[in-house]
Amino acid sequence: MSALPTSENFKANAHAALGDAQLQKALGHVRVNFIERRASAAAGLPEFEALRDSARDIKNHTLAHLDLYLEAYEKNVTASGGRVHFARDAKEACALIVDICKAEGARNVTKGKSMVSEEIGLNAAIEAAGMAAVETDLGEYIIQLRGEAPSHIIAPAVHLNKEQVEADFRRVHTALPEGRNLDAPESLLAEARGILREKFLDADVGVTGANFLVAETGTSIIVTNEGNGDLTQTLPRAHIVIASIEKIVPTLEDASQILRVLARSATGQDMSVYTTLSTGPRRASDPDGPRAYHVVLLDNGRSAMLGTEFEDMLRCIRCGACMNHCPVYHAVGGHAYGWVYPGPMGAVLTPSLIGVDKGGHLPNASTFCGRCESVCPVRIPLPKMMRHWREREFERHLSPASVRYGIGVWAFFAKRPALYRLAAGIAMGALGLLGSARGRFRKLPLAGGWTDHRDMPAPQGRTFQSQWKAKGGRTR
Amino acid sequence: MTSARDDVLSNIRRSLGVTGHEAPRIAAVDERLARAAPGVVPARGQLDPAARLALFRAQAEAVQASLAVAASAKDVPAEIARYLRDNNLPATLRMGADPRLAAMDWGATTLAVTRGPSAGDDLNAVSHAFAGAAETGTLVLVSGTDNPTTLNFLPDNHIVVLRAADIDGDYESVWTRLRATFGKGLMPRAVNMITGPSRSGDIEQKLLLGAHGPRRLHIVIVGD
Ligand code: SF4
Repeated sequence: MSALPTSENFKANAHAALGDAQLQKALGHVRVNFIERRASAAAGLPEFEALRDSARDIKNHTLAHLDLYLEAYEKNVTASGGRVHFARDAKEACALIVDICKAEGARNVTKGKSMVSEEIGLNAAIEAAGMAAVETDLGEYIIQLRGEAPSHIIAPAVHLNKEQVEADFRRVHTALPEGRNLDAPESLLAEARGILREKFLDADVGVTGANFLVAETGTSIIVTNEGNGDLTQTLPRAHIVIASIEKIVPTLEDASQILRVLARSATGQDMSVYTTLSTGPRRASDPDGPRAYHVVLLDNGRSAMLGTEFEDMLRCIRCGACMNHCPVYHAVGGHAYGWVYPGPMGAVLTPSLIGVDKGGHLPNASTFCGRCESVCPVRIPLPKMMRHWREREFERHLSPASVRYGIGVWAFFAKRPALYRLAAGIAMGALGLLGSARGRFRKLPLAGGWTDHRDMPAPQGRTFQSQWKAKGGRTR
Repeated sequence: MTSARDDVLSNIRRSLGVTGHEAPRIAAVDERLARAAPGVVPARGQLDPAARLALFRAQAEAVQASLAVAASAKDVPAEIARYLRDNNLPATLRMGADPRLAAMDWGATTLAVTRGPSAGDDLNAVSHAFAGAAETGTLVLVSGTDNPTTLNFLPDNHIVVLRAADIDGDYESVWTRLRATFGKGLMPRAVNMITGPSRSGDIEQKLLLGAHGPRRLHIVIVGD
C-alpha cells in the first residue's frame, strides 16, 4: 500500500528510526551485504565502467527522443495484439487498471513487485473496487500483511527481522496448525510459497511493473529472482503492465547494456534469475499465457522534469545502489523518508513527484559524501541534484529559519574571501581548542541533529585555505 | 477534452522544446531502431565453442544450476531418468510438443511422461532451450506449444535441454538468433532468460532457493 506521504516529518521520522533497536539491527544487513556483493560483481567484469557510460548514454538519448520512442513502442505493442493506455497521473492510472480488472470480471488480482504501483497506491484502489489485491514478491507480501510501505526499492522488507515475519504469518495464516515450527527463514519461505501458490492459481488478472519497455519490439521486460512476476503474468486471463514513461529503451541491444549493470549494482548478481520479455497476449497456437495484454504508461510529473536540472533523475533504473551505500539510509532506513522512494534517489525524486512543499526536506538528508553518485550505474549526479533542491527550497523560503540564517551568513562571507579566511580562522581556532582534548565533539552547539548520533571531528590545526596556500595552491 | 495520450506526448514535447516533426530527430530514432547496434559486449564470452561451453557450465554452476552433458540427443532420456533417480524424485515428467524432445525414446526409460502445459500439479518438467548465453550461464526459452511457459515456473524441478551448438557467448548473439528465427522486430509472446533456480533474499538477506519457481534447475547439454 502506498501510505500518504509523511516526508514533511523527515526529522521526526529519522529521530524515531535512530532509537529503534530492532530496525538498527536489520539495517546492519544492508551496510555489509549489499556493498560487498556489488563491489565484487563490478570487479568481476572488466567492461563494467564502460557499460555504465553506455547505460547513461542510452538513457540520455532515449529521454531526448522520448516522444518518438513512445510512439514507436505503442505501435509495436498494438501490432502484437496488446493495448497501450496513457495516464497523466496516479488517479488516472488506478482508474484505468480498475476498469480493466472489472471488464475481466476479476475478483482476485495478483501483483508482481512494482514501485510505480506503490507510487500510485494501486492496491488501495483495487480493494476499494471490491477486488482482492495480493502482493506475491516475498518481501512485498510481508509488508502488505503489516500494512506498511516498502523500506527499500529492491528489498521491501529489509527493515524486518525473521521473528517479526513469523509473528505476522502466525497472525494471518490462521488455517495452519498453531504448533508449526517457523524458526528458520527456510520454513517461513516454504509457508509463503504454499499460500501464494494458491493465490497464483486463483488469480483472474496479474499486474506487474516493468524494468524496461523496448520500443523496437513492443516488449516489456521484468527482472526478478523469485519467479513470482512470471507466475503473476503467465497464469491469469489478463496481464496488465504498469510502467512509467521513462522505462523506454530503443532496442534489445540497449536493454542488454543496462541489464549488465542492473543486477550487479542491485544485488551483486551477474544476472538476476528471471529476465522475462513479454510481447502481447497469447498467440493463436499458444497453450498458455494471458489472453489480454495491457500496458498503462504513467507520467505523474515526469514529463515536466524533462529539460530541467532534474532530467538526469529520469535515467534511474531503480537498482537501489545509492541507498545501499548511503550513510543516512544506513542510519535511519527507508521509512523515515516518508514516501515510496527512499535514499538518495528518493531525496531527489520525491520533491519532483509530490511537490517541494511536502518532499522538500528530503534533499537535506545527505552528508554530500558522494558515494551514491560513485556507484550509480547510470551516473546520476545525485548530490548535485540534492543541492539544486536545497537552493530551490531556500529560494522558496521553506527552509527552517535556522538553516536559512546559516546559509545566509555563509554566503555573506563566501562572497568576501578575506573576511571568510579571517572568520574561518577564528572559528577553527576556537573549535580546535574546544575539541582538541579528544579530537571529536560529542556535542556541538547549533548542530544537535548531527552530534546526537555521531561525533563531529574537531578541526586539526589550520583552515583548508591556509593549508592550500602553504602547499603552493593559489588563493585570490 | 484532450486525451491523456495527447497530453502526455505534448507535455514531453513542450519540455524538450520540440514539435515531434523534426526530420533529424525522426531519422535518428528510425536509424537506431533499424540498426539495433550492439554496444559494449564483454570480451568474456568471445571464445571458441569448447571454451564457450566451459564458460557456460562454470557460470550456470556458480548460480546453483546442475549440469550434465549427453553425447547425443538419444542419450537424453537416460540422463534425465538418472538425475531424477539420484535426487530421489518421482519418475514423472511433463513436456510440451517440441519435436526434438518428441523424437527421443522415452519408452526406453521408466519415466511416466505427460504432455502439454502445467496446471500446477507437476513435480518435474523438461523444456528444450532456444539458446544459451555463456557470459552468465543463462538459458533462453521461448513460449509456444513446443515449450509451454508454465513448465518453466510451476514444477519443483525444471530440466532444460540445450544443444551445445546453441550456446552463444553473449546476449547480443542471442538477439541475432531470435531475429533470424522470428523476424526483425517480431517476438514470441514470451522470451524467458533463466539464470539458475528461483531464489529469495527477502528474509534477513539470507539467500534461499525455491522461492516461487523451481527449487532445482538441471541443464542437459547435447553434444553433436
Ligand atoms: S539513482 Fe542510480 S543508484 Fe540510485 S536507484 Fe537509481 S540507478 Fe540505482
